[in-house]
Amino acid sequence: MERKITLPITKEFVCNLNSGDYVYLTGTLYSARDAAHKRMIETLAAGGELPIPIKNQTIYYLGPTPAKEGQVIGSAGPTTSTRMDKYTPTLIELGITGMIGKGKRSEAVIDAMKKYHAVYFAAVGGAGAFLSKCIVKAEIAAYEDLGAEAIYKLEVKDFPVIVVIDDKGENLYNQEKISLSSK
Amino acid sequence: MRIIHTDEITKNIREMCIEANVSLSEDVKKRVLSAKEKEESALGKRVLEQLEENLAIAENEQIPICQDTGMAVVFLAVGQEVRIEGTAIEDAVNEGIRQGYRDGYLRKSVVSDPLLRENTKDNTPGIIHYSIVPGENIEIIVAPKGFGSENTSRILMLKPADGIEGVKQAVLETVKLAGPNACPPMIVGVGIGGDFEKCAILAKKALTRNLDTPSPFPHIRELEKELLEEINKTKIGPGGLGGKVTALGLNIETYPTHIAGLPVAINLCCHVNRHVKRVL
Repeated sequence: MERKITLPITKEFVCNLNSGDYVYLTGTLYSARDAAHKRMIETLAAGGELPIPIKNQTIYYLGPTPAKEGQVIGSAGPTTSTRMDKYTPTLIELGITGMIGKGKRSEAVIDAMKKYHAVYFAAVGGAGAFLSKCIVKAEIAAYEDLGAEAIYKLEVKDFPVIVVIDDKGENLYNQEKISLSSK
Repeated sequence: MRIIHTDEITKNIREMCIEANVSLSEDVKKRVLSAKEKEESALGKRVLEQLEENLAIAENEQIPICQDTGMAVVFLAVGQEVRIEGTAIEDAVNEGIRQGYRDGYLRKSVVSDPLLRENTKDNTPGIIHYSIVPGENIEIIVAPKGFGSENTSRILMLKPADGIEGVKQAVLETVKLAGPNACPPMIVGVGIGGDFEKCAILAKKALTRNLDTPSPFPHIRELEKELLEEINKTKIGPGGLGGKVTALGLNIETYPTHIAGLPVAINLCCHVNRHVKRVL
């Protein structure tokens, strides 16, 4: 099913999204990748506050290239989500409802998505130039010292993604069962 | 004896880093653009269309094809009749990378220590592979490598008894384990033989070979063809969302090995298989 949705999204809304849906996202979201995730989780562990709002937010696993003069942002495709798995269940528990990346997620992440109602979208890996055209505004929201790994607040318009894993635990990547034993 | 100044090396590497990141070589581009005709999955076709549009935007606007503009891998084949003047060659190469990544608005993705992880902010150092060859030229290959696919690459120290079947199984298993994480459709570089590190370098080198130039050895050429077909039967498909096009090409490089060993390295690369070659 093809649909357009506006971010941020609530837990209740997440229940309406199903694995396999082709979705165009419009609204506000935050980018964060390895180093930003690590720092956020360490901050929480030390009793600190997160530098961005988390409830009902969507996190895009992204580290863009620098913007040229006149560009909103440089090339801006998804990075591999699997590397964020260690940190993700905590952020889901704290209220994020959406994630955009590419690649597999761990059982722990999927369990948290089912329990707290979150959705995992995939954008097309390697389409960074194309996807940058769907980002209409970008500003650094936190951790500027991390360079390419800083957290950006982004405004997107008709940003194309596919629901890979929904809050029922349905996973599009598993539709073609891949057996390692078969040649 | 021919004299080449290191400024020439720096200047070329700067340009090559930028060129590699905004446009693909003709052989790779051709495979990406023709993949759509082979794909039967509707979602797979959609992914391929987006990649096609992406390549056009990147080339027209001279912006990176992918935001992971990679770690700069540089193969330098230095003719033994060349005398290099100027600075240390390693510094010249890294200066080229520094300038290319700055002036090309490429992402700085290198950390200085693998555990302390502080960004060097200029994408240096690169990974440099030197070889000394006959002649009075310097051949440079710049191959910026993204780590989404690099992280899914593997080395296996097989036994001689594992033979060709063992090699096939190792390659297919690596592709299946990688699945959507390596950003399919991918290009597969395979190194067979040598020792532990040699086979890894062969696999990387295989990725830089023109996809329209099969191996000169008949049995390896057969293996390249068969493995590509087998990979495309896994149905991983574009974006890992299912489909017929999982890999666009597969190259194998080989080297003599020890009587006790059969090392195999599989270096996976997404469709953004960047490599530019120049001869100074």
